[in-house]
Amino acid sequence: MTVMINTGNYIAAKAAVMAKPDVVAAYPITPQTTVVEGIANYVDTGEFKGEYICVESEHSAMSACIGASAAGSRTFTATSSHGLLLMHEMLHWAALARLPVIMCNINRVVGPGWNIWADQNDSISQRDTGWIQFYCSSNQEIFDTVIQSFKLGEHAKVLLPVMINYDAFILSHTSMPVDIPNEKEIDSYLQKYKPGWKLDVENPITFGNIIGPAYYEKVRKAMQDAQENAKKLIPEITKDWKKKFGTYHGDLIEKYKCDNADYILLAMGALGAESKVAIDELQKNGMEVGLARVRSFRPFPAEEMIKLGKQADLIVLDRNISIGSEGALFNETKAALYGKSDAKTYGFVAGLGGKDVTYKDIEAMCKKVVAGKAKDFEWYGLEG
Amino acid sequence: MKKYDVVTSISYPKKGAQGKTGNWRVFKPVLDKSKCVKCLQCWMFCPEATIIRNKDGTISIDYEYCKGCGICANVCKVKAITLEREAEKK
Repeated sequence: MTVMINTGNYIAAKAAVMAKPDVVAAYPITPQTTVVEGIANYVDTGEFKGEYICVESEHSAMSACIGASAAGSRTFTATSSHGLLLMHEMLHWAALARLPVIMCNINRVVGPGWNIWADQNDSISQRDTGWIQFYCSSNQEIFDTVIQSFKLGEHAKVLLPVMINYDAFILSHTSMPVDIPNEKEIDSYLQKYKPGWKLDVENPITFGNIIGPAYYEKVRKAMQDAQENAKKLIPEITKDWKKKFGTYHGDLIEKYKCDNADYILLAMGALGAESKVAIDELQKNGMEVGLARVRSFRPFPAEEMIKLGKQADLIVLDRNISIGSEGALFNETKAALYGKSDAKTYGFVAGLGGKDVTYKDIEAMCKKVVAGKAKDFEWYGLEG
Repeated sequence: MKKYDVVTSISYPKKGAQGKTGNWRVFKPVLDKSKCVKCLQCWMFCPEATIIRNKDGTISIDYEYCKGCGICANVCKVKAITLEREAEKK
């Protein structure tokens, strides 16, 4: 074990290279650039021995990963914002073809207006593609989740691509100390990818052929089952990791000081880390507000939500907005609770376009709810 | 051939794996054997491998899978293959 002090992006590059993918195909985009730059540097130092494919767009990056994965290779890529959106067609393809491509997405604003800061609308708009989606809140969590994602995505009961999301600049370009296990430890943790089927000239098959409605529906159902399997495997994988390497960030959700909470705040990504400071302050002042940071948005931890809803009223903080509706986490939390809990729910949208959301802001939202002054759903800090 | 246990769509190479595609045809290629010079251009260019090369060098057409694209008629330098509309009865 060594400690590496570096940015979220270089830590992601380190994790990806330690997983020894056979193929990395990537196209640079701010704020993801230093992930692929980091991997390119490992090509130079000889630490990355796989194939590095420079492509002409993100659509091609994902297509190259799909081809490589279909041929039985372990694959990794990274993107952000408009790059992720350009991949959209191939995101569906990777998931439907059941190819465990592992990808970091650095959550960045979608334009116009042109803006490179943190905002989750890019990945939230890809939630129905079948990809597993994690949201990280520290560089250590980025490292651990990237390695764990190979384990999860390539698991025979899952076989789905995994997207590891983290906030632009707040994590991507901020240095933190991270525990890095040594090469042998990672090698024994992560065995070589063994695909159940693959493109093979000795046993020729084609992928993506025509199938009728009845079979197609079964393919979709199998994906849904795989997400359910992932829901069971994520807690096992994170607990096993804790035993082996000592770090732990929760499983589907991370609970923080929820034991006596009358209100529980839900948030994803770096806002989840900032929320911990707010919870400390609120509890110091006698307000029983706890935190449940959602790590896994797909599969969605509906059962966990119901448990939370039976204990407390829920305050949901979204750094995204489904225009014409509400924040995505707020929407889905309410859907999970419907008919199963009497918890009141309050939704806040804040921090769009990378607008700073400090612990004081989060405290103010929670205090407004506790004082009974919050609306069902509102935008926080528009005037600021 | 190795068979896989899969949860997505794959297909194994097999004649007619996608069904009898001959019924897609709008135009049917018809060969006039008396004009054919056995150059095998049609056999080479057919994208569906439905021109059958016989042992004596002549060709015949597999109508079960020919989709009627007309490439064979187009490449035939002696115009031994002509296209006839399927629905027309003589």
